[in-house]
Amino acid sequence: MNAKGQRENFIDIMAGFTVYTGKYLPDDVHAKLKELREKEDSALATIVYDAMFEDLRLAHELERPLCQDTGVIQYFIQVGTGFPLIDQMEECLVEAVKKATVLGPLRHNAVEVFDEKNTGNNVGKRIPWIDWEIVPDNDEATVYVYMAGGGCSLPGIAKVLMPLEGYEGVVKLVFDQITSYGINACPPLLVGIGIAGSVEVAAKLSKKALLRPIGSKNSNPRGAELEARIEEGLNALKIGPGGLTGENSVMGVHIEEAARHPATIAVGLSTGCWAHRRAVIKFNADMDYEIISHKGVVL
Amino acid sequence: MKTKILTTPIQDEELELLTVGDIIYLTGYLITSRDDVHQRLIKQHKQLPVDLAGKAIFHAGPIMQEIEGQPGKYRVISIGPTTSMRMEKYEKEFIRQTGLKLIVGKGGMGQNTAAGCREYKAVHAVFPGGCAVLAANCVEEVEQVEWLDLGMPEAMWVMRVKEFGPLIVSIDTKGNNLFENNKKAFNLKKDAVVEEICRYVDYLE
Ligand code: SF4
Repeated sequence: MNAKGQRENFIDIMAGFTVYTGKYLPDDVHAKLKELREKEDSALATIVYDAMFEDLRLAHELERPLCQDTGVIQYFIQVGTGFPLIDQMEECLVEAVKKATVLGPLRHNAVEVFDEKNTGNNVGKRIPWIDWEIVPDNDEATVYVYMAGGGCSLPGIAKVLMPLEGYEGVVKLVFDQITSYGINACPPLLVGIGIAGSVEVAAKLSKKALLRPIGSKNSNPRGAELEARIEEGLNALKIGPGGLTGENSVMGVHIEEAARHPATIAVGLSTGCWAHRRAVIKFNADMDYEIISHKGVVL
Repeated sequence: MKTKILTTPIQDEELELLTVGDIIYLTGYLITSRDDVHQRLIKQHKQLPVDLAGKAIFHAGPIMQEIEGQPGKYRVISIGPTTSMRMEKYEKEFIRQTGLKLIVGKGGMGQNTAAGCREYKAVHAVFPGGCAVLAANCVEEVEQVEWLDLGMPEAMWVMRVKEFGPLIVSIDTKGNNLFENNKKAFNLKKDAVVEEICRYVDYLE
């Protein structure tokens, strides 16, 4: 394939994959929702889970976005320095979003700050948001698509604590946010926590924590233990699907960390809703792709 | 818990029989009204282009698609509720001025809305969040769109719906507020849970 053909091909696949992300939940989220649904027997929790699964069925049957809020489109990319399209990644992804918006159709969710105008095509200043990780000596690219809905972005917060507030401060902040804002963010939630030395690092890591597959653990044994304790603790509140009470509250709790300054503990919190639309695709240098998040799917 | 179908125009007497936690379905007129519509009526004193008396509003920003060959005619692709709490500031006054009877949204609303529901006889109910295709499937026809200059999510979409639901009553006409009650229950448990976890996080050397 010539360079131009490769570029067009990549744009088309990413446009299609972005649309796909809005219609089908990834395998891990789907499995977790099923598991949580089976634990419910109250009338309200059952009716909400039934509605979710009926919605997923209809979205599949009618090929439509499963939630109307298809979010602000964010791409988290891991690109090898030898990936043929590395120089054009950004413009390609912008093109892909424009195409996906029409194809989807996706809701128009990019409002320019200060001008307060909706751009009408999901492209705006620095949007789609692209987060880069460069991989040396490699010619592949892995792209995470994330649809950042309004409702599930609302509980987000980041704050720098003094070290003497300790990890207790982190735990408290998470619980305060989830019991206030989290209830309206379409639970069961996926909770992402970032711990670092400054606020932007903590915030970014909290979002990256949401990209991890459900069921995965923090690489530090203490981190993994804290994840499990917070998960258990949030579930003990019995927030239930839609905040209408039930046996559980969350699909999981993920923590990602960076070494901190001795004088600060920064904490970031991001939440994903039950409609956690996070999808992963991997390209090789020939633009052959494999969809990691939805096994066996070909666009 | 009761299950009931409400048909517009909704009568006060029917609403008075409802209690938080009841499941209802709506047949008749459901009109999207969210942030900007509330703002235009209450803050900017603009006249609403749609009569809402006896009808239901939906806190929602849909994906609509113009039907090919029929300019100005739309079909709904995906429509789910948005966070109702954002409308809390204006909702009581909005109920008073419009005479609406049912507010459909997501998550709870506050004291102001509960007072409005009690004084002017209205109910707030939630549709399961994110279930947007399920909701779209209950829409028979998008009859009209007004204030499209606000953009697709904020415009007023006038829809005729059939057995739209499930809707869970979250604020009734008696001043009960399901989410406020739930929140209290969650908060009551919270401190003990946090304290228990904190016993294990003394990592600082
Ligand atoms: S919180 Fe998630 S499921 Fe709920 S409306 Fe927003 S994007 Fe959809």
